[in-house]
Amino acid sequence: MPVITYREALNLALREEMQRDDRVFVIGEEVGLYEGAYKVTQGLLKEFGPRRIVDTPIAESGFTGAGIGAAMVGLRPVVEMMTFNFALLALDQIVNSAAKLHYMSGGQYHIPIVIRGPGGPAHQLAAQHSQSMETYFYHVPGLKVVRPSTPADAKGLLKSAIRDDNPVIFIESETLYAVKGEVPEDPDFTIPLGQAVVRREGTDVTVVAYMGMYYRAMEAAEELEKEGISVEIVDPRTLRPMDVDTIMASVRKTHRAVVVEAGAGFAGMGSEISAWIQEHAFDDLDAPVERVTGENAPMPYARNLERAKTPSKDKIIAAIRHVCYANGG
Amino acid sequence: MAVSKVVMPKLSEQMETGKLIKWIKKEGDRVQAGDIVAEVETDKADVEMEAFGAGVLRKILVQPGDRVPVGALIAVIAEPNDDIASVVAEAGGAAQAPAPAATTEPAPSRPAAAPPSKPAAAPAAAPKLPQRGDELVTREAPKPAATGTPATAPSGAAHPAAAAAPAGPAGGRVKASPLAKKIASQSGVDLRLIRGSGPGGRIIRKDVEAAATAGPSGTVAPAYAPSATGPEYEDVALSSMRATIAKRMPLSKGPVPHFYVTSDVAMDRAWELRESLNGLAGQPKISVNDLVIRACALTLLRHPGVNASFQGESIRVHHRVHMGIAVALEEGLITPVLRDVHAKSLAQIATEARDLAERARHRKLRANELSGATFSISNLGMFDVSEFSAIINPPEGAILAVGSVKVQPVVTDTGLGVGRRMKLTISCDHRVMDGAMGARFLQDVGRLLEEPLRLLV
Repeated sequence: MPVITYREALNLALREEMQRDDRVFVIGEEVGLYEGAYKVTQGLLKEFGPRRIVDTPIAESGFTGAGIGAAMVGLRPVVEMMTFNFALLALDQIVNSAAKLHYMSGGQYHIPIVIRGPGGPAHQLAAQHSQSMETYFYHVPGLKVVRPSTPADAKGLLKSAIRDDNPVIFIESETLYAVKGEVPEDPDFTIPLGQAVVRREGTDVTVVAYMGMYYRAMEAAEELEKEGISVEIVDPRTLRPMDVDTIMASVRKTHRAVVVEAGAGFAGMGSEISAWIQEHAFDDLDAPVERVTGENAPMPYARNLERAKTPSKDKIIAAIRHVCYANGG
Repeated sequence: MAVSKVVMPKLSEQMETGKLIKWIKKEGDRVQAGDIVAEVETDKADVEMEAFGAGVLRKILVQPGDRVPVGALIAVIAEPNDDIASVVAEAGGAAQAPAPAATTEPAPSRPAAAPPSKPAAAPAAAPKLPQRGDELVTREAPKPAATGTPATAPSGAAHPAAAAAPAGPAGGRVKASPLAKKIASQSGVDLRLIRGSGPGGRIIRKDVEAAATAGPSGTVAPAYAPSATGPEYEDVALSSMRATIAKRMPLSKGPVPHFYVTSDVAMDRAWELRESLNGLAGQPKISVNDLVIRACALTLLRHPGVNASFQGESIRVHHRVHMGIAVALEEGLITPVLRDVHAKSLAQIATEARDLAERARHRKLRANELSGATFSISNLGMFDVSEFSAIINPPEGAILAVGSVKVQPVVTDTGLGVGRRMKLTISCDHRVMDGAMGARFLQDVGRLLEEPLRLLV
């Protein structure tokens, strides 16, 4: 299986889906001539031409609305947000149009649109460009929200998102674009939306984490292995719909859980998953569910403060020790 | 050193008071855990009371002939230099109080069926009551008892984990993780007896598992050790049909609506087997009743619905078989309990059943040998009866009546022959089970007795 970058995996998914279905097109800022601010659309303009790779003005609300309109009449647009922070400008289009039209038209309109781009904290992008934007979207009925942590997931999930008849919010990460991994070449390879995966088997505690936090949780797990704490890591991959069965099965096995999220924790994914666990696996818990979240503050620009705001490996380790009633916890 | 309280044990579900017959030990005697300190008369039998704490029998508070409520302090065991004045003074009040409420501690995990009118206000010094007479003594930590909350906690006698003073509740709730609670209820571990190792003394899974596997300590071994790690019972929600049956049946016939199923069992091969076994040197003599006990024990495991009792809001399905064996006495009848009989060989059953019957006739049974049966057998075979029906011993769900083995003409494949036949009649509580359940159970008991080698494996 070829080893390629997360960026190349996304590019491959776009290319394959555009080859497979000529209703698929890409629209956004700098996606054509510049080949994408993060080079995800590299080579696509050359292969598919300006009719299917559409450069737009700096107007998120406008080109997102154009995408939704195209979806209403049968095309399958992939809208690129240069970063997902800019999707705030298109929030009305996404929340009030994309998410609602199928419902409000009594099922007459499907909105098969993918809105994708990088989000979450990266490196010194400061307060306005370091936000975990998924929280704005997974609250909205009618939207699917995907956060792919690995190159293979990036490809498999983006292809499923494009083939899905509902609006899908697909949030990548600046910090993961250069990550390499094995990715199946098979153009029919997809990963279904709403399917979590156990990334690492363990017996003592379940850690739920995705994107950058998943990689930190893996480091924490390796370190704790030396202390004899066996950590199981579950990556939800799709935040909505959430594969709670996989998470519950893991918690029922380990009897303890830690949920990690990069964003500020209030009413976050950690709250949601914790609530699920205590509602559905209460009698299996040997300790309260713990959350490791970003601090409740805007992301600082300074490197040291940025580190302090973001969940670190050490914070994850401390939380795991704590729920395991282990020394130092 | 800890001061141990000796309290009037609760020896049966119905028992509210007990009469002290005599003290075996007197004040000043040194006692070890397990020593017999007194004899107590209950509504059923005279039983011997063991000490669970070691020390000197410092103070006797109840004189022979006195009748006191269950749970009342009747004596104090302590080291000679321990100060017992506060215990005696404080508990003295409790002993004098009639305190009927203190005798109705609900059984573990029973749905909250106690009427709210019944005050749960046990006197501050009254310890949580032992349930099956297996915790006759509670131990008080040597903290000053003058504070508002009692420092009493039930003895950790059965669990070494509690050898240190349990971190348990000062009259409050036990802090335990949900998982720990679940495991405790399945394994029969009393959370009050465990010290929690989690934050703030929370009892967590490993504490319960340690207590469950540690089992009885050497000095104060209970009379039996659980043989299975599985749950002792489970409470199954009543179906609406069952709830209706449960409501109507008692209205049609008495508090326990009995029904009866009788079956004829060919005992030829069982008879031969028994004669062969009893021809072996060095083996205990096996009676027909022992064979029936063994057959029932094995069958009950496969018919848990018969090994069940009616609990008002639910049916308690027992996962272990404790067999009540009716023993006729001159003045009546007593039913000592052979515990975990499903896990016992025929030889063990024969030995233990004989011992129980022997001691029953001499009224030397221990308290915990008189309660807790999940099913009973009554055998009148020695009186040459062909069949009879027995009365269920609540809260058990059924009882088997065993008739004599009779030599009689039988129809065989080829014509008429002579065979040994025995009639079994099961009385069932219709609130718990239906006719077909009783019949299927009886059929399987009969099959085992007709292929008796199965009783040996």
